[in-house]
Amino acid sequence: MSDPILSYEEALAAYEPVMGLEVHVELNTASKMFCGCSAEFGAPPNTHTCPVCLGLPGSMPAINGKAVESAIRMGLALNCSIAEWCRMSRKNYFYPDMPKDYQTSQYDEPIAYDGHLDVELDDGEVFRVEIERAHMEEDAGKLTHLGGETGRLHGADYSLLDYNRAGVPLIEIVTKPIIGAGARAPEVARRYVETVRDLMRALGVSDVRMNEGSLRCDANVSLRPWGREKLGTRTETKNINSFRSIEGAVTYEIQRQAALLQDGGTIQQCTRNWLEHLGETSFGRSKEEAEDYRYFPEPDLVPIAPSREWVEELRATLPEDPTKKRHRLQAEWGFSDLEMRDVVNAGALGLVESTVAAGASAQAARKWWTTELSRRANEAGTTLDELGITPAQVAGVQALVEAGTINDKLARQVFDGILAGEGEPEQVVATRGLAVVSDDGALAAAVDKAIAANPDVADRIRGGRVQAAGALIGAVMKEMRGQADAGRVREIILDKLG
Amino acid sequence: MSELITADAADLAGRIARREVSSVEVTTAHLDRIAAVDPTIHAFLSVDEQGALEQAAAVDARIAAGETVGPLAGVPLALKDVLAQRGVPTTAGSRILEGWRPPYNATVTQRLLDAGIVILGKTNMDEFAMGSSTENSAYGPTYNPWDLTRVPGGSGGGSAAALAAFEAPLAIGTDTGGSIRQPAGFTGTVGIKPTYGGTSRFGQIALASSLDQPGPCGRTVLDTALLHEVIAGYDPMDQTSLDAPVPPVVRAARSGDVTGLRIGVVRELGGEGYAPEVEANFHATVEMLADLGAEVVEVSCPNFEYALAAYYLILPSEASSNLARFDAMRYGLRVGDDGTRSTEQVMALTREAGFGAEVKRRIIIGTYALSAGYRDAYYGSAQKVRTLVQQDFAAAFAQADVLVSPTTPTPAFRMGERVDDPMAMYLNDLCTIPTNLAGNAAASFPSGLTTDGLPLGFHVMAPHLADDRLYRVGAALERRLSATWGGPLLRKVPALPTTTPATTMTEGVTR
Repeated sequence: MSDPILSYEEALAAYEPVMGLEVHVELNTASKMFCGCSAEFGAPPNTHTCPVCLGLPGSMPAINGKAVESAIRMGLALNCSIAEWCRMSRKNYFYPDMPKDYQTSQYDEPIAYDGHLDVELDDGEVFRVEIERAHMEEDAGKLTHLGGETGRLHGADYSLLDYNRAGVPLIEIVTKPIIGAGARAPEVARRYVETVRDLMRALGVSDVRMNEGSLRCDANVSLRPWGREKLGTRTETKNINSFRSIEGAVTYEIQRQAALLQDGGTIQQCTRNWLEHLGETSFGRSKEEAEDYRYFPEPDLVPIAPSREWVEELRATLPEDPTKKRHRLQAEWGFSDLEMRDVVNAGALGLVESTVAAGASAQAARKWWTTELSRRANEAGTTLDELGITPAQVAGVQALVEAGTINDKLARQVFDGILAGEGEPEQVVATRGLAVVSDDGALAAAVDKAIAANPDVADRIRGGRVQAAGALIGAVMKEMRGQADAGRVREIILDKLG
Repeated sequence: MSELITADAADLAGRIARREVSSVEVTTAHLDRIAAVDPTIHAFLSVDEQGALEQAAAVDARIAAGETVGPLAGVPLALKDVLAQRGVPTTAGSRILEGWRPPYNATVTQRLLDAGIVILGKTNMDEFAMGSSTENSAYGPTYNPWDLTRVPGGSGGGSAAALAAFEAPLAIGTDTGGSIRQPAGFTGTVGIKPTYGGTSRFGQIALASSLDQPGPCGRTVLDTALLHEVIAGYDPMDQTSLDAPVPPVVRAARSGDVTGLRIGVVRELGGEGYAPEVEANFHATVEMLADLGAEVVEVSCPNFEYALAAYYLILPSEASSNLARFDAMRYGLRVGDDGTRSTEQVMALTREAGFGAEVKRRIIIGTYALSAGYRDAYYGSAQKVRTLVQQDFAAAFAQADVLVSPTTPTPAFRMGERVDDPMAMYLNDLCTIPTNLAGNAAASFPSGLTTDGLPLGFHVMAPHLADDRLYRVGAALERRLSATWGGPLLRKVPALPTTTPATTMTEGVTR
């Protein structure tokens, strides 16, 4: 049952949206937050567990220094202050995916606080989002509810628990209220999370894959009549898992809340779920059911007091700001906005950069990574980084294309060879015999054969319809198994029939 | 009674190392003793006969092969049932963990095994270490070997009684508010609470993380010190453990020289509420130390008055969180899971059946003390008091090398006498609790008997990482008092009724 909504224009005419965004980033440390278990995604259920991450009686956490380092680097990249002294706290609540029935988190002493992130909108305008805090915590396990229709706990016959994720380090980044975005609030929300994603990717601290849950977002939205100081009651849409959905959820909540308020109703403080297939949010939990977490400092861990020297060392390792870097590279490479966005969305920025550094032209590097190689990565269910082809190899293939040794079609076969472990590009060309044939004698013979096989086409060319040559070129290429220089074939055909 | 079960651990270890006696013989003698007297004492919740004999045989084999072994190798020990031991039932005295066998060893357990010490079984305790009498065990109380109508103290009554009943020459306890020292006082044995962080808590089922500390229990000061060295030291698995050298406790236990040692009598730990015999024995013991060359001063710790109240807010707060994991979902007891009930209902039914009254009382207090709107008033204030108690200790230790008091205000009380009066029970830990709040080291040493023949304990407190000072004082007293008593105080324990068990004892919960 859908809630009534107001059109977006009418909603914005009457109300100003205010947002608060919480982004959870799963760190890509080798081991978990408090034990030595592997934090790798995708292992068979419950194979990455030990007494500590299962919360067995008597077990105790030991904090992962690498996770603290990642948290500090992340905090610095978000322009935050880094706490001189902070602690982990216990957040006490029950849920079957939480082994200890409390989450080790941070409460009033986050490791990073008071920062900001400049977010570039689609038209290039820059919007500054103020960051309240970034704190460390551990992830919970994963519950799968079976037997019901919805896949949710309610109505399920039974539930399965996988604790591989329990104890994986998380950073939660919380914004201050985002005010002033007006009608562009949904776009600001999407671009903010995309910018966080780019930043985390540049820092190398997370895989930032929304589909695998390594980047998750909760969006708080409230409305207030334009000009009013006091903030309205907010709702919190939980666990949004795509960039498009962030924009959709914020838009929908603005329209839904506006309709309620317009109608003289009041907003109930609650959590909401984003229903991707409907493009709507649905009611989750009300504030009245909200729990008292009974936070207190974690007595099993000592305080964290990163030395100022260490913080400065980490600051020195920060990569170039991704937004600035993107602008710089786009200018250097002469890419259109669309071309640049394709590269970024394919996760290929660094790869293109390395390919250009290895000698390829920017356009060629872009083309290979965002088309041919992206397709292969998708088919193999992996990422460009893990596909098994290096930027140097891509540059090598392109060099062969530009030298006329191979053409684009043959280049694909060279990639096949590289992926099959047949060695470097030149080696693959040699062992597979892929080089383009430019020996006129062999080409002329193939052209003669094609003319003989297609007398009607030959007649049309003789009659002046030069564009019909394409069909003969195709036949020659087929004969030569693709290894012919198409330009030279055309010249020979026109010589013979012109 | 076989001579093998009355011998000191240090003596036994020497004879085993010299192959005058085998560890298997010593272990068998203790298993026989347990079979004979434990039906009366109920110090053990489970006896691991097979595991103990295997470990003993392994030590004998290593010695036969000419290997050098540790100073307590081959000696049997009783392990408090709050420490995880792989494959062996570990219950913390609670029904909710009945039948649970940990898949891992606590660090203390591992260090014992690595040292070739033979773990006989797991000893009885107040449920989750909550109590001062071992009457709160879900598996029934332990009886004081000195007087079977009296409690052995708590929560480590099983470990202390096992020593006093000659069921084991060594034992491990844990001390959150006095659970090693108070039972030591009630049974005429030696009990040490090391400096917080001096021994690893990894694998100790937590009561209150900021207060708990495993420690050694023995019949002599030297035995206890040798055990202390085996279990102490930094553990990367416990980040609150101290990365510092273990204080020279064995050297101190061998020295026993208190010449020039400044002994601070804490003015607030005495007077009203203290049994006259306790006070008399305490002052006599202080005079004895002065005779031996110690310097006696009086110190004041005005905030100790609030320590008990602060403790009974901090402990339940942490306990309410630590015990949350017992939710019937993953291990231990599960009640009411018949397919018609929700997760929450099964959890509630399990906790109702699996937790005893004292545990429920403290979970409720702790949940309340941490709840929104009350946290600052209760938990927050208690933490402030804790800081004041630490400051009292710092000031007192500026005037004295060690502080002293009676271990408890009264000797062992009668079974059932205080079970319905939690406040009276809590008062028993008056002298021991400040130490846990401050994290320093403390000990109880036997100092005499009442006219009724009940042991009395002398409580010594030392600064952080000065655990060796405890042993100096203990060794001095032990030498002087042994001369007076004609041997260790425990020689005076009345003979216990023995039974021949109808069936061979096997691993598992005994009743």
